[in-house]
Amino acid sequence: MFYRETGQFKTTYEADSAIFPILQDRIGIALMLAVAFVVIPLTGSDFFLNTMMIPFLIFALAAIGLNILTGYTGQISLGSGAFMGVGAYSCYKMASLFPDMNLIVLVLFSGFFSAAAGMIFGLPSLRIKGFYLVVTTLAAQFFLTWAFIRVAWLYNYNDSGAIDTLPRKAFGLWISGAEASPVTRYFVVLCIVIAMTWFASNLVRGRIGRSWMMIRDMDIAAELMGVRPLYAKISAFAVSSFYCGVAGSMMVFFWLGSAEVESFDENQSFLILFMVILGGLGSIMGSYMGAAFIVVLPVALRAAPEFFGITVNPTNMEHYTIMIIGALIIFFLIVEPHGLARLWQIAKEKLRTWPFPYA
Amino acid sequence: MSNEIMPGDVLLELDDVSLSFGGVKAIRNVGFDIKKGEVRAIIGPNGAGKTSMLNVINGFCHPQEGTITYKGVKRHDMKPYVAATQGIARTFQNVALFRGMSTLDNIMAGRTLKMHKNFFWQLFYYGPARAEEMEHREKVEQVIDFLEIAHLRRTPVGQLPYGLQKRVELARALAMEPELLLLDEPMAGMNLEEKEDMSRFILEVNGEFGTTIALIEHDMGVVMDLSDRVVVLNYGAKLADGTPAEVSSNQDVIDAYLGVAH
Ligand SMILES: Nc1ncnc2c1ncn2[C@@H]1O[C@H](COP(=O)(O)OP(=O)(O)OP(=O)(O)O)[C@@H](O)[C@H]1O
Ligand SMILES: [Mg+2]
Repeated sequence: MFYRETGQFKTTYEADSAIFPILQDRIGIALMLAVAFVVIPLTGSDFFLNTMMIPFLIFALAAIGLNILTGYTGQISLGSGAFMGVGAYSCYKMASLFPDMNLIVLVLFSGFFSAAAGMIFGLPSLRIKGFYLVVTTLAAQFFLTWAFIRVAWLYNYNDSGAIDTLPRKAFGLWISGAEASPVTRYFVVLCIVIAMTWFASNLVRGRIGRSWMMIRDMDIAAELMGVRPLYAKISAFAVSSFYCGVAGSMMVFFWLGSAEVESFDENQSFLILFMVILGGLGSIMGSYMGAAFIVVLPVALRAAPEFFGITVNPTNMEHYTIMIIGALIIFFLIVEPHGLARLWQIAKEKLRTWPFPYA
Repeated sequence: MSNEIMPGDVLLELDDVSLSFGGVKAIRNVGFDIKKGEVRAIIGPNGAGKTSMLNVINGFCHPQEGTITYKGVKRHDMKPYVAATQGIARTFQNVALFRGMSTLDNIMAGRTLKMHKNFFWQLFYYGPARAEEMEHREKVEQVIDFLEIAHLRRTPVGQLPYGLQKRVELARALAMEPELLLLDEPMAGMNLEEKEDMSRFILEVNGEFGTTIALIEHDMGVVMDLSDRVVVLNYGAKLADGTPAEVSSNQDVIDAYLGVAH
């Protein structure tokens, strides 16, 4: 009843091609942004920010990155974890080489290193498709994780082999390291993620995004309309890896505080692929939904018994969490194989026609 | 070499072209030309090599022998996207739409080559990229109106009935504003009414925009009505070439093609 576009006539092509052409959607987005920027920083506990919101945003960004490649361009990759690693290690190196540089600039700049890695490992996509491409991206994953272990220069010859966050200030506030408060780190991550989300949604609705989708849907016809497969695929690899790289550096500097190679292994790649499939291939919104499902839900489930005053053995709870999440994934994929974003869209469609579905 | 091609001049010339896939000879020493502004039909029984002929023209297949001269320039094995930049557009025998995209986006895809705002502008969208997008949207809307598919704009193409998919595919090709339009069986699988609509569109495109059209079609009635000249292929070789009347009275053609159809 309230979700209606009746009476909202678009009189210009500009209005017709807005990201959220329907007023209620725009209000919804504005509300969500208000919650993210005002309500959560004011009311969120450190636990909530550290274990839910910050990782949620970081993984949403990584999922957007993979979605650009897999959902929009149709190139399946199992290398996202490694590309996050390239971002993280290059950010670490830059931060230790240039201690006076603003860390936020370095985090963003680290994306260029993973973009370059993505372009190189994306080259096979010009010749091979589908499962074969998956195998080559997996090879990239293994090669890069091998490099993260073997090339000791990458972690400044630490004995631990880990990279640790370096305490850094920006605008007079600690944004990384032990001194940095969760709220500050949350704000930094939020701003980066929101800005990059906006850029991604701009890209996918313009000429470049269309040429990605053309390659995905019918590469022969795409080439005939003047899309060069080389440019389209490699640019998708570059942009996708850039996003993953920035997510990787943020993971180390604004969330975990330190990371070893395990943070960037093939399990991480699989996890991000799950987010994308579950959330919805080819949907920016879906990337958020997938990240929420995989990152936030388990933490929330684990915290639930205590919240309701029930005592459950922590090891058992861990098992329950995995079982519940697994069951839900299967449930949602059976209900809607195209992901949560599609489910949400169908729900909105129903709401729009309610209570007269055939009117 | 790049002097203006006037209506009636030869736009594309194929000379002694042969194409084989392994042992299969799809095209055997075929030569014919397409003149600017005409509707040129390519007919022949199944497997005659018609589609392969279009594949050669727009650069999907590279003939082992023979030469192709387009706009007076002899060209060598070119990639399909280069053919696109030179004004060659096409539709496919089995609809090759972008199934994950809306009708509008499919047709906008036809404008890809005409849009130039770079990555940086695309990132910000608002500003030059949007202005360009709107400018091309207007062109696309003209095509949409012309083909009478305004009500389908937002529909995912996968949900459209076959006949309309073919029409959207034509719209996408027209959005490229091609100089040479290759249509591979645009009316296959259509009912009479849809065929009439499609014939009307083809004639209007040819008449109003002066687009040169190469048309593959099985329905002889349609071929007779639409085309200026017809080339007949059989087992990859050229059997006849001439006006529809000449071709349909040619005994070889009657034996090989029309005879088969009866
Ligand atoms: N990519 C390919 N690989 C191998 N053989 C091919 C290929 N494309 C076409 N052929 C063969 O070339 C011959 C001509 O095929 P083509 O598709 O050009 O025929 P057509 O005249 O378009 O037939 P139809 O009326 O059935 O569409 C056929 O024998 C076909 O099997
Ligand atoms: Mg054919």
